[in-house]
Amino acid sequence: MNVPVRSGTASSRLTIVDCDIHPAFRTPADLHPFLPARWRDHMTTFGEHLRQGLSGQLAYPRMTAAGMRVDAFPGEGPPGCDLDLMRRQHLDANGVEYGMLMQLSRGGMEERNLEFAAALSRAVNDWQLETWVKKEPRLRAGIVVPQEDSAFAATEIEHRAADPAFVQVIISPRASDPLGHRRYWPIYDAAERCNRPIALHVQGFSGGHASTGSGWPTYYMQEHYAATSGMQNTVTSMVFEGVFERFPKLKVVLIEGGFAWAPALGWRMDKHWERMRSETPHLKRPPSEYVREHFWFTTQPIEEPEDPQHLKDIMAWIGWDRLMFSTDYPHWDFDHPQNVFKFELTPAQQAMVFRGNAKALYGLQ
Amino acid sequence: MKVPHKGAIDCDLHPALPNASALLPHLSEYWRDQLVNRHIDRYSFVLTNYPPNSPLTARPDWRRAPGMPGDDLELIRRQALEPFGIRFAICNVLHGAIALFNEDMAAALCAAVNDWVVKELIDREPRLRASLLVPAHNPQLAVAEIERLAPDRRFVQVLLFAMGEMLLGRRLYWPIYAAAEKHGLTIGVHAGGTYHHAPTSSGWPAHRVEDYIAQSTVFESQLLSFLAEGVFQKFPKLKLVLIESGFSWLPALMWRTSKTWRGVRSEVPWIDRPPAEIIRDHVRLTLQPVDAPKFDPHVLSRTLEHIGTDRMLLFSTDYPHWQFDGEDVLPDGFPDDAVRKLLIDNALETYPRLRDGAVVGDNARDKEAIR
Repeated sequence: MNVPVRSGTASSRLTIVDCDIHPAFRTPADLHPFLPARWRDHMTTFGEHLRQGLSGQLAYPRMTAAGMRVDAFPGEGPPGCDLDLMRRQHLDANGVEYGMLMQLSRGGMEERNLEFAAALSRAVNDWQLETWVKKEPRLRAGIVVPQEDSAFAATEIEHRAADPAFVQVIISPRASDPLGHRRYWPIYDAAERCNRPIALHVQGFSGGHASTGSGWPTYYMQEHYAATSGMQNTVTSMVFEGVFERFPKLKVVLIEGGFAWAPALGWRMDKHWERMRSETPHLKRPPSEYVREHFWFTTQPIEEPEDPQHLKDIMAWIGWDRLMFSTDYPHWDFDHPQNVFKFELTPAQQAMVFRGNAKALYGLQ
Repeated sequence: MKVPHKGAIDCDLHPALPNASALLPHLSEYWRDQLVNRHIDRYSFVLTNYPPNSPLTARPDWRRAPGMPGDDLELIRRQALEPFGIRFAICNVLHGAIALFNEDMAAALCAAVNDWVVKELIDREPRLRASLLVPAHNPQLAVAEIERLAPDRRFVQVLLFAMGEMLLGRRLYWPIYAAAEKHGLTIGVHAGGTYHHAPTSSGWPAHRVEDYIAQSTVFESQLLSFLAEGVFQKFPKLKLVLIESGFSWLPALMWRTSKTWRGVRSEVPWIDRPPAEIIRDHVRLTLQPVDAPKFDPHVLSRTLEHIGTDRMLLFSTDYPHWQFDGEDVLPDGFPDDAVRKLLIDNALETYPRLRDGAVVGDNARDKEAIR
């Protein structure tokens, strides 16, 4: 899966908006300046309190180099922690006009202690500004909030929304309840009012439920796929609970969960909605229409049919205006903009997927 | 469209027990006492996906009052066998015994259901075949039930459910697959199940329709489990049939899994060729519910092309569940040469016992015709 990185040149014509870049802490102590003393001590003494059996590591170990590109390790610290290397290796080399930071760990989304989660959320949002966005104008931050405390989350969204550096709201699609549930609606209310899309990136940490409807997978190969299944469940929940009837301007970005499943899910939802529609009379339209209007999909890790043309069918069925290119830098399953598509895109399609759709969604120039 | 040939094989038909008291004649004295004294015989053992009055549970014109949809053999003949020219129909009795935590009670009730199926269905109607209901949460008891009834070759499949205690590929369940392979039985996994875990990785959806939609994602997980654990390498003759959760989700799964495998193959070194190839060889899916757009046959035919073979889909009516209207059980968009495979050939290839059963069935039908 590691794509050999071509040495990019300044003359490279393709410019991109990368909708999935992962920054990292050099050490967890990087967060200390942004935490009050009480939570700094808590973090040092107890650490994060998650819903899993292992402390400080994932229960499904990643494949290559803890899931990182082996060429992305800086001299010190993990891949993604060194802005200069990120510039050299990715932003400059691959013609990145804008890069969306996708900070996942230590943002409080999976933390059980909600007070600590709120402190982490504030700290990670400050850290994104100070360490990344202020130093590198191509990068944009996400408002990372703990979805399990929606009252705090709404406050934090409103607080950050004054700053255009924050372009979206990041919560976990692997929440403690399906994301359509009303307990999360204050988050959608704030996001809609502040005109920020909700970004849902696949998550390695459980919200308290097994990763499948029949228990836990054995291998990382399965766990990896379970995130894709979970995205489908999340879409189903948000649509059927009527989130988009209540928040008609809400936009949702699905990140790293694939997209080839989306048309089939739409057909399936429509089929069974039609049969069972008296159960959800608050839906005014077929479910697939809410998907078409409210959801955006990032491309990495792109599905690879044996016949590449098949993916073109899928992209047309989803709508070319809803797909946004992403690399997942510096993770091992990075998609390279030069060879991500195994078929010819028209210039218009290329402009939409690599740049235009993201610029329109996030209001970038 | 209607079924164009006689002789179709319906791989998902749901006869129902009138109620649990129908099992009493098939239970030991101990279990009869248990059921009667604890009033368990008064329950209907309906699985949670199918509340009796839900639109999904029975087509309006297939309902009758009083009674459970599917509990009348004469109606099954008139509504499910004759209109579609059925040669064989595989009965999948969706009985709630499988969702009991008490393994012994589950085993006793499963066995009673199977005996009821013999007496009330397959002894009385030669076109009917059946799946064996087993308590999968205790593989030892499940194997004992398979061994008990495997000599009756009208049982063609072992019936498991998509939502159980653990993912079905795990080695704990392998004795079931060893027994099935030995006896030429197919493993059928049906939508629904115990709901002992939340249906999704983020918990419990609010609506029944969401539960039902989620079944295709549970099937994704089960399919990955069989694949990743190496079940098909260990049991190379085994066929896995995914029942009642559509098929249009399959191409995306094959594409992603074949790609991911290239990166993770060192974790699962027994997977020695692209997963899509293994899936095409070992996995089958029943037709209904067709989860493709109703009014766009082009999309369906493209989806079939994405699947990449016309050997994987097995005809089903899902009777009496309401998945289609009238006799239009086949969606538009199937190429002509795929229709015969869908209706007949694929099932004969999938179910070894239908091949020898073909002779038995014809003879039985001939005999009945003579009578």
